[in-house]
Amino acid sequence: MSSLHSPSPSLRPEERYDPFAPKGFGKFLESAGAILLGVLWILPLLFAIWAAFHAPEHTTRFTLNAPLTLENFVRAWHAAPFGRYFLNTILLVTMIFVCQVVLCTLAAYAFARFDFPGRGIAFALVLSQLMVMPDVLIVENYRTMSSIGLVDTLPGIALPYVASAFGIFLLRQTFRTVPRELDEAARIEGASALQVLLKVYVPLAKPIYVAYGLVSVSYHWNNFLWPLIITNSVEARPLTVGLQVFSASDQGVDWAIISAATLMTSAPLLIGFLLFQRQFVQSFMRAGIR
Amino acid sequence: MDRRRFLVATAASAALVRPSLAQGGPVKISFFYPIAVGGAVTRLVDNLAKEFNRLNPDVEVTPVYAGTYQETLVKVVTAHKSGTPPALSCLLSTDMFTMIDDDAVIPIDGFVKTPADKAWLSSFFPAFMANSQTGGKTWGIPFQRSTIVLYWNKEAFREAGLDPEKAPANWDEHLAFAQKLTKRDASGNVTQWGTQIPSTGFPYWLLQALALQAGDVLANSAGNRTTFNAPGVAAGLQYWLDLGQKHKAHAPGIVEWGTTPKDFFERKTAMMWTTTGNLSNVRANAKFPFGVAMLPEQKRRGSPTGGGNLMISKKVSPEQQQAAFRFARWLTEPEIAAQWSIDTGYVAVSPAAYDTARMKSYAQEFPPALVARDQLEHATAELSTHENQRVTKALTDNVQAALSGSKTVQAALNDAQTEAERILRPYR
Amino acid sequence: MKKSHSDALIGWGLMAPAMLFLIAFTHWPAIASIIESVYSTPRARRPSSFVGLDNYEQILADPVFWQSFTNNLWFAVGTIPASIFLAILMALWVNDRIPGRTFARMAYFTPTVLPMIAVANIWLFFFTPQYGLLDQVMGLIGRPATNWLGTKDTALWAVIMVAVWKEAGFFMIFYLAALQGISPVLAEAASLEGASRWTFFRRVQFPLLMPTTLFVLINAVINAFRMVDHIIVMTRGGPDNATSLLLFYIYQVGFNFWDTAYAAALTVFMLVLLAGAAAIQYGWLERKVHYS
Repeated sequence: MSSLHSPSPSLRPEERYDPFAPKGFGKFLESAGAILLGVLWILPLLFAIWAAFHAPEHTTRFTLNAPLTLENFVRAWHAAPFGRYFLNTILLVTMIFVCQVVLCTLAAYAFARFDFPGRGIAFALVLSQLMVMPDVLIVENYRTMSSIGLVDTLPGIALPYVASAFGIFLLRQTFRTVPRELDEAARIEGASALQVLLKVYVPLAKPIYVAYGLVSVSYHWNNFLWPLIITNSVEARPLTVGLQVFSASDQGVDWAIISAATLMTSAPLLIGFLLFQRQFVQSFMRAGIR
Repeated sequence: MDRRRFLVATAASAALVRPSLAQGGPVKISFFYPIAVGGAVTRLVDNLAKEFNRLNPDVEVTPVYAGTYQETLVKVVTAHKSGTPPALSCLLSTDMFTMIDDDAVIPIDGFVKTPADKAWLSSFFPAFMANSQTGGKTWGIPFQRSTIVLYWNKEAFREAGLDPEKAPANWDEHLAFAQKLTKRDASGNVTQWGTQIPSTGFPYWLLQALALQAGDVLANSAGNRTTFNAPGVAAGLQYWLDLGQKHKAHAPGIVEWGTTPKDFFERKTAMMWTTTGNLSNVRANAKFPFGVAMLPEQKRRGSPTGGGNLMISKKVSPEQQQAAFRFARWLTEPEIAAQWSIDTGYVAVSPAAYDTARMKSYAQEFPPALVARDQLEHATAELSTHENQRVTKALTDNVQAALSGSKTVQAALNDAQTEAERILRPYR
Repeated sequence: MKKSHSDALIGWGLMAPAMLFLIAFTHWPAIASIIESVYSTPRARRPSSFVGLDNYEQILADPVFWQSFTNNLWFAVGTIPASIFLAILMALWVNDRIPGRTFARMAYFTPTVLPMIAVANIWLFFFTPQYGLLDQVMGLIGRPATNWLGTKDTALWAVIMVAVWKEAGFFMIFYLAALQGISPVLAEAASLEGASRWTFFRRVQFPLLMPTTLFVLINAVINAFRMVDHIIVMTRGGPDNATSLLLFYIYQVGFNFWDTAYAAALTVFMLVLLAGAAAIQYGWLERKVHYS
């Protein structure tokens, strides 16, 4: 089946002849459909932008000449220690990603290239985590964290996620596509297993790391339930838990301030995505996650 | 004073400090509080803590915003179970039994020693103490307390030919006004509902008000027996249901608590029932003249109290408990309580707070500030039982079932009662 | 012989750190849940005791559990096919050279980078009766106001819609990557044989996308049992449990009622459910691996 895939998936669509490319009215229809769906899809974002830059009395009334204001951002910024939350989230996603890369690379290498007793069972154990994510095991994981004193710490949020079955699986598949000859050539030159891994396998899997990094960072930047449960203090809380300030209060929802806070907290990811979206998609393509 | 509390008190007064404090640094305590009243309050609480720390260099209070009331309870109990609770927390007064059952809270009686302390403890409105005391002990200090009041849009009243200065006094008037206030466009779609009683978040609380007015309470004060299917409760729920279903003067189905104030600002409803803690919010955001009134009466007037009490954790050092007590006491001094009430709309917790100069001048300028206080004489304790979360969920689910039309009023209340019986049986 | 010994050692050594964490935070808690579930919840005045299958009997008799379970099945039925269908459609569109594809690709992907906890509040506005966005639009075409989240019949569909919105764009990326990996030679061959575009999609592209579909399907199934952030913000499981999902109920029982033993039993049930789904899918995956 893999032979049916193009040998160089990095080929740009523009360079490709596509006999089924829509033409004329069909093209117009398709384009209109795609754009319409796109507008529907960013409607929440559009509304957030509208509400964030207008005073609360204009939140739900879309009159074009309504005066713009930055007041909501000021209110949102002062309503919670967002500086600290940003720092926590950045530390958290970095910590998780770095640990994931190290642990998953080692394990994936083992599964891809080493024969050892119990490999099948071990791999099945890994795959089982694809279905049973730590998110489901909140009650027991809380107990574990409190017994090792990691409640209300960043490592407490991170640890359940550092060994990622998804990461191991993805990297194992990639490492298996590396020609054995490269591996053996390096070994003959006297490289140790770890050196082979670092010199041969890791560089070849670079796009996978990028793609996996995106998935991991955007997931943990936005993860909520587990951080909510495991953290108590400002020192450990990530942005998402901090955002809770704005929802569900006695006084009711204030969409203006929620929107401002939402834009503020997701700005790094949003801007990052806007700037690098082509690279994002291409690294997914090179990663060949399919 | 029993032996243990005597020891606590002695330890605190003799300043038997632990090694970590031997250097003479301030006693560090954290204070978990929920925001029931919008983002700005975090700053108010931060400022209060700062002020207290300035006046009391031997104590350092760190306020920690912990989410909604629900989440704050989760945090406090979770932290208690893992051994590091905050010294002081602001929790729904109704969580008293939950905290006692988990052995997470220490009664404050042990800290009340001087005559001034005793005078302070007896200075609160009696209605607030109902949810703060059980078994002869005081477990909570009233702080962020409220009752339900009725807000009305005077402009809408005028348009509907009603006296804009007169709120409905009883159920019949409330219904008649609501019908008059309900506006429909040419195609028969409603553009403005007459009244709104929200049914997410705390539906049991609003039902309790209706039940009280119809002459029944929801539970006994020992918190181990409920009367969800009493006739008054059924009458209250029926009235609530009929407002929408039969008389078409209230939005049908379940009405979101969180959007209710916004519905009022947007003139989608001409009256709303909600917490007095919304007063400052309404004052800031309503673009029309509005009034605030006690809830209408049926057999009698009535509203449950609501809101949060300060509770001191059991699993912290005696010095921290003492420091927490001092902070709590300071927070409820008349001057602070008055300012807190002015800033938020919550009811100031003692009559003395209403005698302060700042409160008097505020009330003169803004008379609705006094409505909630005046209603206190008709108020009763908020529904609070053992396993409170579970029992209120049983009631909440069934109230929503009745209001959304999937169960009859009586069936829903019977189900809620059966479930509550099952949960509470072990506590008798 | 020598080599395979050292191989085994290195293999174990490489795998061990990841395995340690996997076991500590996935397998051990799963087993601990099972153990926990046959004891009663310790209370301050009543220590924990062995209760056998009592907690499971309680599950069977618990209407809220059954409601959450059926809700969750509907949630899965509502989100999985819809988000996969939309993801394929989006990928096909964005894969063609049409005006606006850059915008569309960006738009489809935005939900992935927005935190659910915040966006759920914005959806709350969309669903608000009367002046909410959905009702404002409905109003334009003369439809009466609908209480989307406050009516038992529509509340679950409303939260399903939010989930589909959140997921489809993420899955699109995988399909897009797969589509671009399909050799253009195939399209040429198909067009020479006079196949229509639909036939090409059905006979060539769709079968070639099967591995992606499997991968996406696994993710979609997991998400159907894992996505509860928006429930916490938008409905808290209401009205009358109409939107209560299993994980939300576990959260409620475990962290609001403090009935940890019962929460453990619920967790075990969920694990069995997920294991069942995994077994079915792993069977498929295995076959696919054989092909390639």
